[in-house]
Amino acid sequence: MILDGKCPTGPLAEKWDKRRQDLKLVNPANKRKYKILVVGTGLAGASAAATLGELGYQVEAFCFQDSPRRGHSIAAQGGINAAKNYPSDGDSIFRLFYDTIKGGDFRSREANVYRLATLSNNIIDQCVAQGVPLARDYAGYLDNRSFGGAQVSRTFYARGQTGQQLLLGAYAALSRQVKAGTVRLFPRTEMLDLVLINNEAKGITIRDLVTGKISSHAADAVCLCTGGYANVFYLSTNAMGSNVTAAYRAYKKGALFANPCFTQIHPTCIPVTGDHQSKLTLMSESLRNDGRVWVPKTGADARHLKDIPEEERDYFLERKYPGFGNLAPRDIASRAAKEVCDEGRGVGPGGRGVYLDFSNAIGRLGREKIAERYGNLFEMYEKITAENAYEQPMRIYPAPHYTMGGLWVDYNLQSTIPGLFVLGEANFSDHGANRLGASALMQGLADGYFIIPSTIADYLARTVPGQASAEQPEFQKSQEQVETMAQKLLSIKGKKTANDFHRDLGRIMWENVGMARSRESLNRALKLIPELRAEFWENVRIPGSRSELNQELEKAGRVADFLDFAELMALDALHREESCGGHFRIEHQMPDGEARRDDDHFSYAAAWEFKGPDSNPELHKEPLVFENIQLATRSYK
Amino acid sequence: MDLTLFVWRQKGPADKGRLEELPAAGISPDMSFLEMLDLVNEELIRKGKEPIAFDHDCREGICGMCSQVINGIPHGPQKKTTVCQLHMRNFRDGDTIYIEPWKARAFPVIKDLIVDRSSLDRIIQSGGYVSVHTGGVPDANTVLISKEEADTAMDAAECIGCGACVAACPNGSAMLFTGAKVSHLAALPQGRIEAARRVCMMTAAMLKEGFGNCSNHYECEAVCPKGIKAKFIATLNREYIKAIPGELIKVRGKSGSD
Ligand SMILES: Cc1cc2nc3c(=O)[nH]c(=O)nc-3n(C[C@H](O)[C@H](O)[C@H](O)COP(=O)(O)OP(=O)(O)OC[C@H]3O[C@@H](n4cnc5c(N)ncnc54)[C@H](O)[C@@H]3O)c2cc1C
Ligand code: SF4
Ligand code: FES
Repeated sequence: MILDGKCPTGPLAEKWDKRRQDLKLVNPANKRKYKILVVGTGLAGASAAATLGELGYQVEAFCFQDSPRRGHSIAAQGGINAAKNYPSDGDSIFRLFYDTIKGGDFRSREANVYRLATLSNNIIDQCVAQGVPLARDYAGYLDNRSFGGAQVSRTFYARGQTGQQLLLGAYAALSRQVKAGTVRLFPRTEMLDLVLINNEAKGITIRDLVTGKISSHAADAVCLCTGGYANVFYLSTNAMGSNVTAAYRAYKKGALFANPCFTQIHPTCIPVTGDHQSKLTLMSESLRNDGRVWVPKTGADARHLKDIPEEERDYFLERKYPGFGNLAPRDIASRAAKEVCDEGRGVGPGGRGVYLDFSNAIGRLGREKIAERYGNLFEMYEKITAENAYEQPMRIYPAPHYTMGGLWVDYNLQSTIPGLFVLGEANFSDHGANRLGASALMQGLADGYFIIPSTIADYLARTVPGQASAEQPEFQKSQEQVETMAQKLLSIKGKKTANDFHRDLGRIMWENVGMARSRESLNRALKLIPELRAEFWENVRIPGSRSELNQELEKAGRVADFLDFAELMALDALHREESCGGHFRIEHQMPDGEARRDDDHFSYAAAWEFKGPDSNPELHKEPLVFENIQLATRSYK
Repeated sequence: MDLTLFVWRQKGPADKGRLEELPAAGISPDMSFLEMLDLVNEELIRKGKEPIAFDHDCREGICGMCSQVINGIPHGPQKKTTVCQLHMRNFRDGDTIYIEPWKARAFPVIKDLIVDRSSLDRIIQSGGYVSVHTGGVPDANTVLISKEEADTAMDAAECIGCGACVAACPNGSAMLFTGAKVSHLAALPQGRIEAARRVCMMTAAMLKEGFGNCSNHYECEAVCPKGIKAKFIATLNREYIKAIPGELIKVRGKSGSD
């Protein structure tokens, strides 16, 4: 099977308009006859549910938190990109498009990325109209900053809480529709299965997380907006609840899963302090503007930091990448840090950390200037580590952060299951092998506010409304399966907690499918994961029952899916015999240690089809065709 | 560190609930408060007992999900800090710690430390937004907003909706939360047009949900993890008083024709 991304033909800049001309519309009077389920209320889900409700569809929106305002998008700090060119520094839609495609190491679709860059401008207008308090300058105009290596200032921000403010904007729009009666909210609800009728997505099976009740919702179409799966590594910068369950269960029902091995490791996170740690905290990348990264030249050093003389310090980024130095891109900086730690030169508890030293900058600019620039980050760092980063260097270490892989979708955001649409981080579409900073927020909102309302109409216009009902046997069967799985989990009554298994899985993944992978490490993972999974199904312990609020049962279900999904991720990493973006195969590097991409053989999206629990998934390829740009090597020397 | 915990255990809304004594041994000062509870929970599970149910998600102090009253203070003893960002080094070896859920009429307990805060969502649903459709809006720079106004809006908009203000207030008032939203939108030209209507709707919603009124205890400001200022309650009151005449005229004018 050759996968068709269904991109419109014609000139790049006209593709989206052309598609919108071709898409069918639903008559306004008919819209209320259609019901759409939106799973997830982060940026992608909240914006989609609000807009679809506003258009007049009946919408039901689900999330596992107690309120849609708490979707993981709330945590995004840095900002959101747009090609407004307000600072007049040479930005354009084409430049944003090009930077994004190149940043993704040429592993994304041209047409999608161009559309994203175009819509970025509408997003800023929309959010400002909603009252999102984006930063302004003294003249009252919107303020911008630069971010993630871009040479133009195209990032819009709201202090260090951009994701929060954008989500509150979408949540407000959603709340307005709740009042208008077009959207019904189902918080504290987890989707546990996708239901197909005649091979089309027509509903979901859910667990009410308060009562434990399993039930089904039928509809005319389903939108999955359930976020990323970086928590497969156990420790990540994601919220604790972020998981792969909805996407994985849709995959089991026939939706292809694309590029699962593309994960982004962020270089500047607060290091792990011990086994008790439950998550990792991101420190803004901007710190590397003034901080210098180093480790002692010779292994573990018992001396106090200040007693390590200059000539015994290894400023390894400056040494290896004299051109970019401490500002080397995320994937490069992350790998370099891991290398020095693997050599036994890491600092801090467990030797998994490198110094980010501001003493030079403080000497040059004064403590006050540094406090003005990064004060809040220094405070946050002190809260977590009890160390004063003005007095001694910060310790940082890379951490899993964002997942570029996800369910495969075409240009209309439809998965390989008709009627199942996938938005935001849950789909694979726009970031290729690496995501540039400030572009995930952009994608989530473009998908939700502007793309899905047009594309879903085309599907609905060809569908007779209200054909599915939760009484149908397909729904009953799905409920039974969900109940059986819960019953099975509860009946094991083993010795280890779900968390124990998640932690073990995380270790396997980080060591073998992490920042640098090899055939050997991936094969090791492919041996260890099934062993751990087998043990899980014999030895997990879940207290309580299924007919009540049971957080351990929730956790165990998610861990079970991570255990399955991890294998798919390793398999994908194994088959991709090249290095690109966040996927670094040590067999494929240049003599100087840089990534070696292989466009002749791997210029495609790898989409995997589930073939049953005991068979290997089947690989399908969507060739990536570049008509408007030339593929180039990324170099940062 | 070794600690003694007294944790509120309540099976469900119908259960009366009681404090249960639980030991927490081998706690590292580097742990967050929630990681300490994770550890206690793992022990409980291994012993075949029910773990303590509590809400949390981002563990970064931003989602507003975590909610525990620690030694009588919502979010615990450290200023401007959520429970998930509170670290155990703020306690001493041998300490006894009391952990309870938010207590307020408008926040019924669901289980143990988990309460139902959907009343806050309903306050927003009553009118805490700008009524703008998606698409067809003007360029973002066509409406100028002074830096001061934008900053004031942002100061108010930082509220994470955790509900600690309600839990700390002797009247169980949600006026800091509502005041923050009202002030955020009233500070911006886009939000001004509906300001009068909004403040009336949101105030009515607060009353309907069973939240009390502010009588100037300032407990809300003291516990707010985001440092939301009580002056926004004053803004709320001012907006309300400003709104009343106009809204009354509208209501009177309407009653004839409706
Ligand atoms: C610390 C941090 C900082 C970041 N900073 C930036 C930044 O500055 N700029 C930027 O562009 N990007 C940033 N990102 C990335 C960005 O925040 C995310 O990629 C983006 O917010 C994802 O949005 P989403 O709507 O796709 O998913 P999410 O916001 O993750 O929402 C997922 C939703 O799905 C629901 N859900 C999941 N599974 C189920 C289920 N089975 N049943 C029911 N509901 C379910 C959840 O309840 C939630 O509502 C950052 C990420 C992190 C972790
Ligand atoms: S005002 Fe402060 S305490 Fe109250 S909900 Fe908002 S953030 Fe929480
Ligand atoms: S868990 Fe998100 S604020 Fe504490």
